[in-house]
Amino acid sequence: MAHEHKLAIFRGLVKFKSNTQKIWGVLIFLTIVTTIEVAFGIIKPRALTHSYFLGMKLLNWIFIILTLVKAYYIAWDFMHLRDEKTPFRRVIVWTPIFLVCYLIFILLFEADYIYNVYTDGFITWDF
Amino acid sequence: MDSTVSTGTEDSVWGGGNRPLGASYGKMMMWFFLMSDALTFSGFLVAYGFSRFKFIELWPIADEVFTHVPFFHGNFPMYYVAFMTFILIMSSVTMVLAVDAGHKMKQNKVVIYMFLTIIGGAIFVGSQAWEWATFIKGDYGALETNSGRILQFVDAETGERAALADFAATIPDVRQEHVESEGIWYYGDASMPSYSLNEVVEGFKATPNILIRTEYLNEEGEKTLLDRKQSLAKILEANQVVEGANLIHNEYGSRLFADFFFFITGFHGFHVFSGVVINVIIFFNVILGTYERRGHYEMVEKVGLYWHFVDLVWVFVFTFFYLV
Repeated sequence: MAHEHKLAIFRGLVKFKSNTQKIWGVLIFLTIVTTIEVAFGIIKPRALTHSYFLGMKLLNWIFIILTLVKAYYIAWDFMHLRDEKTPFRRVIVWTPIFLVCYLIFILLFEADYIYNVYTDGFITWDF
Repeated sequence: MDSTVSTGTEDSVWGGGNRPLGASYGKMMMWFFLMSDALTFSGFLVAYGFSRFKFIELWPIADEVFTHVPFFHGNFPMYYVAFMTFILIMSSVTMVLAVDAGHKMKQNKVVIYMFLTIIGGAIFVGSQAWEWATFIKGDYGALETNSGRILQFVDAETGERAALADFAATIPDVRQEHVESEGIWYYGDASMPSYSLNEVVEGFKATPNILIRTEYLNEEGEKTLLDRKQSLAKILEANQVVEGANLIHNEYGSRLFADFFFFITGFHGFHVFSGVVINVIIFFNVILGTYERRGHYEMVEKVGLYWHFVDLVWVFVFTFFYLV
């Protein structure tokens, strides 16, 4: 069990005095991020829902990036990945990331193809 | 740290108790289990994405589906799910505080924090049950067309959704629910909707200020509203009344949305439930002083990993079901 904790987050920008303090600090950060997400979800600013990047609304990109940020801090600070040895951490993190990226790529492209068949092909499916 | 039982074979590499990469066997296996579990959840979420991209222009808008808060009437999109998310993050915090207290061998603090974690988990599971019940019960009611698409109703004057009860006619009907006492080969009957298709269609024709809303999203990202003439033509395609959602019919829109909602939040809810059960077991072990005698609280750390993982998954479910 690693008794020593790395107490700095945001690449050393914020340093905590104890592990308990760090936990509360991360909670505050996660709460702020969730509040921003919910606020965006309710307001839905027009500037973000009508501009696209790589075929997806900017608002959705913001949601996904904020989600990954939250996931990072949950895994690094709550699950103590920050305190694990680097090779162990890399095995745990990069293996699923690689496989999931592949899965996303292959399935979403296939789904988009099917959408185009439904739209442009000689198929009636809404009657 | 002495996490191993002394067997007298510690000097041998194969004697057990090795800690490759600085992680004990149990902790490492918990991590590998979580990795495979993460891939399972990813598979489900990507399958959801697949179905959504397939029907990208008619997927239900989550803000219009999950609008209720217990004990309050009105339209509160997202508020309750945000509350649930906060509860789960909060219980994650109490869990990590329990792990921290365990490192310092403070038994009483571990007991308190484990207890708070269990309470948080129970509130979350309860909220999810309520969310399911509300989703299954339904809101306004809708019609389903021959091809399985959903037609919803809107009051033209206020622009608000209209419930079937607002305009359906009352027509004495011969259709009765089939009951066991009446049948020899009785397998059961689908429960009758509050209004028959005929009553809804006739009521619609008689009420000029009701319009039909289709599933299609327009350029503003809102559901397409038909005018009265189009609505009168469209309603002829309807073949049944749908109230609420189940695995076969879904008044909110695409039935795949309901299927994935039940499957993914159900699978996650099952994880939360089993997490609570495991937490309760460990909680009693802490009270009984098992880990005090063992000399370390690594067990609390391992269930902690599982509990944080449940929180981690919820962060993604929250994004892909409720936000995006």
